[in-house]
Amino acid sequence: MAKVLMKGNEAIAEAAIKAGCRFFFGYPITPQNQIPEYMSKRMPQVGGCFLQAESEVSAINMVYGAAGAGARAMTSSSSPGISLKQEGISYAVGAELPLVVVNMVRGGPGLGSIQPAQSDYYQATRGGGHGDYRLPVFAPSSVQEAVELMATAFDVADKYRNPVMLLGDGMLGQIMEPVEMIQERSEPLPKKPWASGVPEKEGRSIINSLYINPDECEVHNYKLERKYQEITANEVRVQLIDTEGADILLVAYGTMARICQRAAKDAYKQLGLKVGLVRPITLWPYPYEALKNAAEQPSVKHVLSVEMSTGQMVDDVRLAVCGAKPVSFYGRTGGMVPTVKDILAKLSSIKEGM
Amino acid sequence: MAVVFKKTSMLTDVPFHYCPGCTHGIIHRLVAEVLEELGVGNDNIIGVAPVGCAVFAYNYFNCDMMEAAHGRAPAVATGIKRVHPDKLVFTYQGDGDLASIGAAEIVHAAARGEKITTIFVNNAIYGMTGGQMAPTSLPGQVTTTSPYGRDTSHCGYPVKVCEMLSQLDGPAYIQRVSVHDVKNVVAAKKAIRKAFEAQIAGKGFSLIEVLSTCPTNWGLPPQEALKWLEENMIPQFPLGVYKEI
Amino acid sequence: MEEMLIIAGFGGQGVQLIGQTLVKAGMEEGKEVSFLPSYGAEMRGGTSNCHVIISDEPICSPIVNEASCVMALNRPSLDKFESAVVAGGTLLINSSLIDRKAERTDIEALYVPANDLAQEAGNLRTANMVMLGAYIGVSGAVSVDAVMENLKKTFGERRAHLLPVNRVAIEKGIECVRQQRAKA
Repeated sequence: MAKVLMKGNEAIAEAAIKAGCRFFFGYPITPQNQIPEYMSKRMPQVGGCFLQAESEVSAINMVYGAAGAGARAMTSSSSPGISLKQEGISYAVGAELPLVVVNMVRGGPGLGSIQPAQSDYYQATRGGGHGDYRLPVFAPSSVQEAVELMATAFDVADKYRNPVMLLGDGMLGQIMEPVEMIQERSEPLPKKPWASGVPEKEGRSIINSLYINPDECEVHNYKLERKYQEITANEVRVQLIDTEGADILLVAYGTMARICQRAAKDAYKQLGLKVGLVRPITLWPYPYEALKNAAEQPSVKHVLSVEMSTGQMVDDVRLAVCGAKPVSFYGRTGGMVPTVKDILAKLSSIKEGM
Repeated sequence: MAVVFKKTSMLTDVPFHYCPGCTHGIIHRLVAEVLEELGVGNDNIIGVAPVGCAVFAYNYFNCDMMEAAHGRAPAVATGIKRVHPDKLVFTYQGDGDLASIGAAEIVHAAARGEKITTIFVNNAIYGMTGGQMAPTSLPGQVTTTSPYGRDTSHCGYPVKVCEMLSQLDGPAYIQRVSVHDVKNVVAAKKAIRKAFEAQIAGKGFSLIEVLSTCPTNWGLPPQEALKWLEENMIPQFPLGVYKEI
Repeated sequence: MEEMLIIAGFGGQGVQLIGQTLVKAGMEEGKEVSFLPSYGAEMRGGTSNCHVIISDEPICSPIVNEASCVMALNRPSLDKFESAVVAGGTLLINSSLIDRKAERTDIEALYVPANDLAQEAGNLRTANMVMLGAYIGVSGAVSVDAVMENLKKTFGERRAHLLPVNRVAIEKGIECVRQQRAKA
């Protein structure tokens, strides 16, 4: 299929439709408005349903209802709205409902700013709402990768009966890039015999997250935990760029990784440093093993985590490197984006101390 | 021997957990009987349970059931109905769930004319959490969070759900009923039937508010609780049809 | 080739259209492209800018901090982005609306009376196309034909009659910068 120039938000929406999503419930918030706008235009054309909810809280609960009724359903929002959705996400996890949530992260806390940020990393990767749980979190760095991961997100959600998050940022949502749109899903959607109202259901369907007896609730939690171990074993994704024999490793995800990729190239030219990039594609499960192996190479002297935050993923970087090499952090926050120049300056100062 | 009376197939065999004298049991039974009598088949009905005393409703109604977060049942039901427009979808909610934390969800489901039916059980108190003040608690009513009686100058007035929602264009049928005596129980069943019929006819949103008792948290024997409902709640929440199209 | 542009003006001057037209043309000529618009409050506050990259290599960062070319369509844009031009880069100034000269001496500053030339072309609203032409004139990053092909798609049948005047505007922009370079 020929490449077309598409805005990130619109491409993600179209990819969801191609992946078989026919139910979208959302609420306006910058910088993700093109997703609901696009859905409102496209869903009626494909026999789907777009509904603008009265709040983010209602939107996620509509998704809960639709997912419980067996459909591929999703919502999208940006940071303050995602905070509101956490209640519904926690319930969906408890009731084991497959659904997809897109977060186009903006600066926080509170109303924050509307510019790109990565300050929702903790929230996304540590569950986000109340309870002992995790969500698979995909962090695309380009529009092309975002459309491909959108289909993966729905498949992973269905496979494990767990909500999945696609974590972008304002930049990914707004950028226009050539994209080869994914093909319309041709195989039938997976059967959901547990869902309400579906023809294939086996007996009475009960979608529920309440286990009032603590012993039963513990059993349920361990069931979820086994699922998370399975996801951790199967679903880790990471890209390693020029990490072999590198002097310094950069660790970055999403659009930040693209800026780091440029910095790595320029570092070789300008500073004579061999800089590799470890780019986690899944933020949970985190690619601890790949990062550990890359960092333990004798050539590697230092590991630098670069984020649009005051330092959140760096905790996982430290867990992965586990003291084998020094780990430092560079970031901007509140909607400010580190520049290639900023990163080069940081690399240069690390070089001096090496 | 001829069968002269039997249990409705729309209720499971699970014993109710409700307190002695609570009217939730009657209301469950009325809803179940209506659903059975409509003849759509148990597999074509999806209910949504609330958070509150009726939280275990998913164990009792013999159809597909979803448990919603507190107050969110109308949003969950919206998602279900949009996926299965041909199924009968209902929510069963108490006053704290519907009129307080879920006020936004019920107003907008009603305003959208969402083709669902809501059974709203109003007993003027939070039952499950131990008798706290509800959005529908009466002026002067003593609860565990209004120990000096509900002071309207401090915490306002009871929310009149039927009156409020009937002002919207989306609802097709809204009625307030009570279950404090046989005559009213019979009338309540008729009302519930009309509400579901409005949904089947695709007319829009329907809601039946059922005035109910909470002997445990009101601190009254069941008989006196029924009397308290009649004498105190009905003047505050007048019975009748508020919307019919 | 790695063209890194910042295009800036006020809302309504067609800044985003210049950027989108350039990346579409570049994409169809087989180049790697990215287009990053400013968004949100800034857009509504009256100023509008976008970052455009046209490159032979896959694009890493879509953000342009050091521009090979800045196109300033109004005075606030010049004030804000003059410093973003790399040494030896190009600054295109819409001299119809901007009353000052470039302050930097380590860059090539070219003055394009875009609104006047648009009027000469026959439609004041083609000032953005004059600027786009000026950029093609200095960079050769994309061809006029590729640009026209994309404008045809953007305009559709309803506005197809506007294509000739846009072509004239683009050519006036090209001509303007060529003459200045010839003098220099």
